[in-house]
Amino acid sequence: MTELTEEKTTGEVWTQGFIKGMTEEGESLSEINPESGPLGGAAAKAHSHGGDSHGGGVGVPDSSRAGRLTSYKLADFPVITGREEEWRFTPLKRMRGLDRVGVKGQELNGPAPLVEVNKPDGVTVETVGREDSRIGSAGIPEDRVAAAAWENFAEATVVTLPAEFVGNSENVTTLTLTGQGEIPAASHIVVHAKKFATGVVVLDHRGTAVLSENVEILVEDGANLTVVSIQDWNDDAVHASAQHIKVGRDAKVKHVVINLGGNLLRTTPAARYSGTGAEVEMYGLYFADAGQHLEQRLFVDHSTKNCKSRVTYKGALQGENAHAVWIGDVLIRKQAEGTDTYEMNRNLILTKGARADSVPNLEIETGMIEGAGHASATGRFDDEQLFYLQARGIDEESARRLVVRGFLNEVIQQIKVPALEERLRETVERELEATAL
Amino acid sequence: MSTLEIKDLHVSIETEQGVKAILKGVSLTINTGETHAIMGPNGSGKSTLAATIAGHPRYTVDSGSITLDGEDVLQMSVDQRARAGLFLAMQYPVEIPGVTMTNFLRTAKTAIDGEAPKLRTWTKDVKAAMAKLRIEPEFAERNVNEGFSGGEKKRHEILQLELLHPKFAILDETDSGLDVDALKIVSEGVNRSIETGGLGTVLITHYTRILRYIKPDFVHVFVDGAIAEQGGPELADRLEEEGYDRYQVAETASA
Repeated sequence: MTELTEEKTTGEVWTQGFIKGMTEEGESLSEINPESGPLGGAAAKAHSHGGDSHGGGVGVPDSSRAGRLTSYKLADFPVITGREEEWRFTPLKRMRGLDRVGVKGQELNGPAPLVEVNKPDGVTVETVGREDSRIGSAGIPEDRVAAAAWENFAEATVVTLPAEFVGNSENVTTLTLTGQGEIPAASHIVVHAKKFATGVVVLDHRGTAVLSENVEILVEDGANLTVVSIQDWNDDAVHASAQHIKVGRDAKVKHVVINLGGNLLRTTPAARYSGTGAEVEMYGLYFADAGQHLEQRLFVDHSTKNCKSRVTYKGALQGENAHAVWIGDVLIRKQAEGTDTYEMNRNLILTKGARADSVPNLEIETGMIEGAGHASATGRFDDEQLFYLQARGIDEESARRLVVRGFLNEVIQQIKVPALEERLRETVERELEATAL
Repeated sequence: MSTLEIKDLHVSIETEQGVKAILKGVSLTINTGETHAIMGPNGSGKSTLAATIAGHPRYTVDSGSITLDGEDVLQMSVDQRARAGLFLAMQYPVEIPGVTMTNFLRTAKTAIDGEAPKLRTWTKDVKAAMAKLRIEPEFAERNVNEGFSGGEKKRHEILQLELLHPKFAILDETDSGLDVDALKIVSEGVNRSIETGGLGTVLITHYTRILRYIKPDFVHVFVDGAIAEQGGPELADRLEEEGYDRYQVAETASA
């Protein structure tokens, strides 16, 4: 707040309107009481922002991630222009209408992906209607595309790990989600780990789809849940997936995003804490080939005390116009004392013509924290690594492959589900074979 | 017997201030079965010699030659040199995240031998070699050098030396940063390789300490990119007493 006051007194270039907006935002920020519920505060934000000067963010970027509009209603979000901070990297022309739902008759009513279930005894998987009370328990859309999906999905799939369910790497629940074609579609998934449940849930996206999806991940007190979302679509697929994570007291969640196949993938995981002592690990792996746009935008909202977050996203890029985007927003709110957070993104560019954008953002509103840091690095192969391997007789191409495998394996080996790790290693091998290194 | 022959070697590097000459005419002949110590103050070019033999791209050979049994080493790529029998134990081994030691060692052994080692004997060999170097078995599943202490990195360099059986081993300040116990373990490993026979060893060191454990046949003193004095083991003893002062060079910070 001190900064804002200074701007007001010294910065005559700012218009009065802007100052008002900033002040309003600062006030509303302090009004939020995340302890009252995950949505109460966030939903309240929608009112303070609806259609005012923040509309579209043009010329007045949100100074804080806390100020971003959240709403279940499509109409609350202005039409996307592509100039907004959260859309500036996305090639909207390739969204195939997902960005224009509600504009000029654009609909979002295609058939949702077919859901096949493979689950252990004890875990339930249900198909429910829109009125089911569990919908909305962990998330609220933060952009227009996610809000459109929320308004338009017909049925939701709810996965429940009952209280004290003992899951492990052997009894994984897998939802295979097969796209049903090119008509823009909406889908909704809820993954709910009840108190003290442990387990692994895999969302395996494949086929052809133009899909906007919301995934709610609710982790109750003391639960320990791993969710792996694999996007290995056909080459023409477009997929926007907003994944909302809510973690309870002393709960742990490991969230893994694997973005491999599809023309345009935009995955936006957001983690929020509803209790103290919780831990969030977010891993991501992406391998962008020629012409692919793989965008990962994540948000960790530290609003409670003594919580921990670790973010590790790694991507390899190869081929003409392969584009990867990683945005990592971490917000440590004033009341989130004892927070311990670190986020890291690394990109390895294998050929010319590929581009990686990497933007870590860390907002800290209290000094009473354990630690906060971020790192981002994008590079070609490390020459010293290559030299070391070559000095042990390994030829340059094999050395490069070994390094790339190693680079991505760092994420794969964190999944701790052997069958899944094996599959992903094989997929990486296939991608590497396609490279003319 | 094999011979590694270095003749009138001139090497430079590119720096921000322009091209800088580091080696200014080094000649050295090493036969298998011999142990040579190369000593000298910081910045005298010892490590440059090691890196140039291994083929590090940072160093430019301006003139002179390096041959291995008459074959032109300078025409070989880094991995060809290794497969020809040259081994460099690095001063600062790099971390390779995601690549396990097991995977790395097997890949290197396969590359050097031209065929994959027999799995059963190989696993046994690796375990035995690790045990002798007091490396905990769990290190096999750790990523190459990742999170290793300085001493652990050096022990793993010697592990590779023992498993890959090169003709010539260049040990670049393998002793630096080691406590006495670690120094003994590392020296024992080097001595085992020497005793196996058929190894030519170049020990690059700043200190004489390691020479109490590994006995050199020849000692060469590097000063300002050239060999200032050569002799037998007695030269090392003299250096231990007198230091490098009589070569009248101020030690520089750069290596």
